[in-house]
Amino acid sequence: MTDIAILERQILDAVTAAGDEAALDAVRVSALGKKGTVSELLKSLGAMTPDERKANGPAFNSLRDRVVAAVAARKTALEDAALDARLVSEKVDVTLPVRPEPQGSIHPVSQVLEEVIAIFADLGFSVAEGPDVEYDDYNFTRLNIPPDHPARQMHDTFYVAKQADGSRHVLRTHTSPVQVRTMLKQKPPIRIISPGRTYRVDSDATHSPMFHQFEGLVIDEVTHLGHLKWTLEEFCKAFFEVDAVEMRARPSFFPFTEPSVEWDLRCDRSGGQIKFGTGHDWLELAGSGMVNPRVLENCGIDPARYQGYAFGGGIDRLAMLKYGIPDIRSFFESDLRWLRHYGFAALDIPTLDGGLSR
Amino acid sequence: MKFSLSWLKDHLETDAAAATIADKLTAIGLEVESVEDAGARLKEFVVGYVVLAEKHPNADRLRRCLVDIGKGEPIQVVCGAPNARTGMKGVFARAGVVIPVSGEVLKVGTIRGVESHGMLCSGRELMLSDDHDGIIELPEDAEVGEPAAHALGLNDAVIDVAITPNRGDCTSVWGIARDLAAAGLGKLKTPSVEPVAGRYPCPKTITLEFPPEAISACLMFAGRLVRGVKNGPSPQWVQDRLKAIGLRPISALVDVTNLISYDRGRPLHVFDADKLKGNMKARLARDGEQLLALDGRTYTLDSEMCVIADEAAAHSIAGVMGGEDTGCTAATVNVFIESALFDAVRTAATGRKLQLMSDARYRFERGVDPQFVVPGLELATRLILDWCGGEPSEIVVAGGVPDRRRAIAFSPETVRRLGGLDVPDPEIIRILTKLGFAVSGEAPHQVTAPSWRSDIDGPADLVEEVVRIYGLEHVPSVPMTRPNAIARPVLTPAQKRTRLVRRALAVRGFNETISFSFIPRATAALFGGGDEARQLENPIAADLDALRPSLLPSLLAAAAKNQARGFADQMLFETGAAFQSGMPGAQQTAAAGLRLGNGVRSWTKATHPADVFDAKADMLALLEAAMGAPMTAPIKAGAPAWYHPGRSGTLALGKTVLAVFGEIHPKVLAHFDMKGPAAAFEVVLEAIPESKSKGKSAFSPSPYQAVERDFAFVVDAKVTADEVVRAVKSAERALIEAVSVFDLYEGKGVPEGRKSLAVSVRLQPREGTLTDAEIEAAAQKIVSAAAKATGAVLRS
Repeated sequence: MTDIAILERQILDAVTAAGDEAALDAVRVSALGKKGTVSELLKSLGAMTPDERKANGPAFNSLRDRVVAAVAARKTALEDAALDARLVSEKVDVTLPVRPEPQGSIHPVSQVLEEVIAIFADLGFSVAEGPDVEYDDYNFTRLNIPPDHPARQMHDTFYVAKQADGSRHVLRTHTSPVQVRTMLKQKPPIRIISPGRTYRVDSDATHSPMFHQFEGLVIDEVTHLGHLKWTLEEFCKAFFEVDAVEMRARPSFFPFTEPSVEWDLRCDRSGGQIKFGTGHDWLELAGSGMVNPRVLENCGIDPARYQGYAFGGGIDRLAMLKYGIPDIRSFFESDLRWLRHYGFAALDIPTLDGGLSR
Repeated sequence: MKFSLSWLKDHLETDAAAATIADKLTAIGLEVESVEDAGARLKEFVVGYVVLAEKHPNADRLRRCLVDIGKGEPIQVVCGAPNARTGMKGVFARAGVVIPVSGEVLKVGTIRGVESHGMLCSGRELMLSDDHDGIIELPEDAEVGEPAAHALGLNDAVIDVAITPNRGDCTSVWGIARDLAAAGLGKLKTPSVEPVAGRYPCPKTITLEFPPEAISACLMFAGRLVRGVKNGPSPQWVQDRLKAIGLRPISALVDVTNLISYDRGRPLHVFDADKLKGNMKARLARDGEQLLALDGRTYTLDSEMCVIADEAAAHSIAGVMGGEDTGCTAATVNVFIESALFDAVRTAATGRKLQLMSDARYRFERGVDPQFVVPGLELATRLILDWCGGEPSEIVVAGGVPDRRRAIAFSPETVRRLGGLDVPDPEIIRILTKLGFAVSGEAPHQVTAPSWRSDIDGPADLVEEVVRIYGLEHVPSVPMTRPNAIARPVLTPAQKRTRLVRRALAVRGFNETISFSFIPRATAALFGGGDEARQLENPIAADLDALRPSLLPSLLAAAAKNQARGFADQMLFETGAAFQSGMPGAQQTAAAGLRLGNGVRSWTKATHPADVFDAKADMLALLEAAMGAPMTAPIKAGAPAWYHPGRSGTLALGKTVLAVFGEIHPKVLAHFDMKGPAAAFEVVLEAIPESKSKGKSAFSPSPYQAVERDFAFVVDAKVTADEVVRAVKSAERALIEAVSVFDLYEGKGVPEGRKSLAVSVRLQPREGTLTDAEIEAAAQKIVSAAAKATGAVLRS
């Protein structure tokens, strides 16, 4: 074995033996540093004759290259080992829960209202709104319910205290005053739905002193009961997300419509769930009718020329039916458990293209 | 309105079954609420003959009975009824039959050692009456083993119909039969009323004594005396008929009025003439006048109410209920019959005020047939003469029948135009005629409504008559046109904003609530409300009496309840109206959100108690969602009194307050009996400015390196962060892209009364890379601008 071979063996052994980066660096300095063994060898080339240099140069240089490579390789190995060790030490219990993030929710009434609007918007109905406190005139008189008329008693009206100017107003008992307001300021053709809070002095499992209604109003020169029937059928199919529904019409009485019709929906309530289009039960869906000519007159629309329909239903009630919520009073109790149970995720936005519900 | 099938058949020739009739009634607008068919309900119960009834061997008050039911051996039962005796006939239920009152299946039992295989039933057990003192005794001729319902005379269906306020005519079996006949379910055969000739002048006069403005209270009052009557029970068929629809037979004279009320929709009253003093009058009551009514209660009347009186006192609340003192009894010999026309509105108002419902009011408030005042009186006379004998006087009448009938020009085309239904003209005429309308002339016809249809106003009403009788089920479904081939957006900017706000808050973790618009007055007062103008006159509950001035109290009340249920951490929000007064339109659409609690506990320590900066962040996020851009308007310290005075803020645009936020005042938390910390925001959604620009500007990033420099300023403790940031920004508007506060320190190393505020400034050149000298120059400007505006000095 030559001296070079022995030297190489010694250095490479030392590289291999180096247990950490400091030891490796010491080996590197001892071999490749200014006064390192390999450096000394390379320096010695300068004192040699050209022939000697030619004979030893390649060997010395290649020794240096091999030592450099060995040191680098060892360095990488040591770094990898150190990283591995660090990563092992950084192990956590991934079964621990994540940082708390509150889960928000949308109230079923808001959700169902958006569903209803999505459907009617497609038919060109815009959304009209009005105040909760209403003029008696708009809530009753212009709707053909004159003062002291017994029909007012169908409404169980909340009255607001007398105002400074001596006037006295009501909490609207339906959203029909929004129809009045719309007709007073807009010329036919009219297609609106008017959703919102409504109030009646009544409270049990199916009645709440505050509830939500939506009403539809169409005024033009041609719309008749057949269009009303079609509209409600199409609405029910879209809203309940079924292919077919069967509706039953019953003549009824509302002072603001003539003829007046109530609509029931065929359903099956056996087995605790509601199925539509089948079964032997009838579910009250909506009150409706052709707008009474007196109402049109009262709202400045010529009944000889214009006609149309109006209907009304409960948003809370639709929510109860579609999402199986039993008690209307629970809607307004703000019980966190209820809100989380029946509420909708923020990104559950009802659309006609994606479907109204998940 | 209840009636039995057999009663209906007095007026309608029909073979239709009860179920068919019920379906048709609902289909023509007389909504059936129930069909009670006692025969069907009690079909398991049979007539039993008590072969033997003897004392129970082991019990003094019980009897051991053997009951023959017409087949097999007599059945042994133990019976506790005092009237159980050998030889009687009763209603028998075998073991296995469901007993109506309990809904339970009757079981074979052993009572004190004696087996019982069935039961002899009381009226109460069968839900036929309240009688539970003894078992039902059937007539001797009842056939053993036959259905008991037959022996009880209950083989008659009873139909209950909800009558809408416009159909006074259908508060009678007659009117219902007329509608059914028109709808093709039989032939109307109501007997006509024959006048009864009076044998002597009526000794009492009748006057209508009303001031001119109240003349409508009673337009007509007819009466007559029948003397020498013998009042006793009415005939059995009458009693059965009344009982079948839930009325209690009283005496022949009273039953006459009830029968005619239901049969013809004509309320009547009978006075014991010997208890009346002098002549009769209809007049307004005097304020405070009292009357003991037939229901045994004393009513205090007022001058808005109409009464029937004699010369001494009021004896009947007109159209509602008669008085006890002048009512007919078994001793009545001379009877005065009243048949009058009372105003619907006044009668309804009186009944409401007195909280008194009666069969008479039910009819008057829906409107009775003005033409039937005298016929009703004649009919009553005839029945009284038939049942009680006596001698009738001539009829006296005050006032007269108002004839408001007028012809309506009616084109059959209107049915198609409004109803969407093609009904042949002859059919239209047939329907209207059957309903009692007079139809004359070629189309357009002249149509006159019958006297009993005061609800008919114009052609639309006639369309309703035709459509409901012809059948709503024939109305075809007709598609509406689409105003645009592809639907256009319909929401207003405000409606869209409210939706965005809701979704944005839900994304942040808020649960949406909807609560009543009314809250307790004392609570409202804490939030700037509670004044008289926002009070409800008739709240549903004493503590739901004030229109809410803000949504926040509702959220706090809800959170307090949830907290009591063990939910320490909550995030609730609501959008809705906050009321400024009790005037229409004096309301603002607002959004409010509340965070409560110390933060959900976590091993990560990632949460913190709800504070003003949470509320501020929520509020800003809401505004950004609504506007589509960050809200940059300045925020001022302080908010309304329900917030922590030092930890709350207000965002206003000019004089318009857009939002307030902060930690909830501890006294307010105490009012709701809840624990904090709690932080909330309120935003007036309709005050949010509409974004003016649509779309975004062109994307033009600077190609040059941005530079961040930090500055630690020491300022007076009163100087706000906003003041420092604005000062820094103003130093180099073109160059400074962003300024952020990254540290705030008060305490050791910073002089008393001062604080250290560290900001990071990002410089973004657009014309070339910044040189060291340029950066230094900018830094100098920043420091001097901060010093000039806020007295800031660089922290050494």
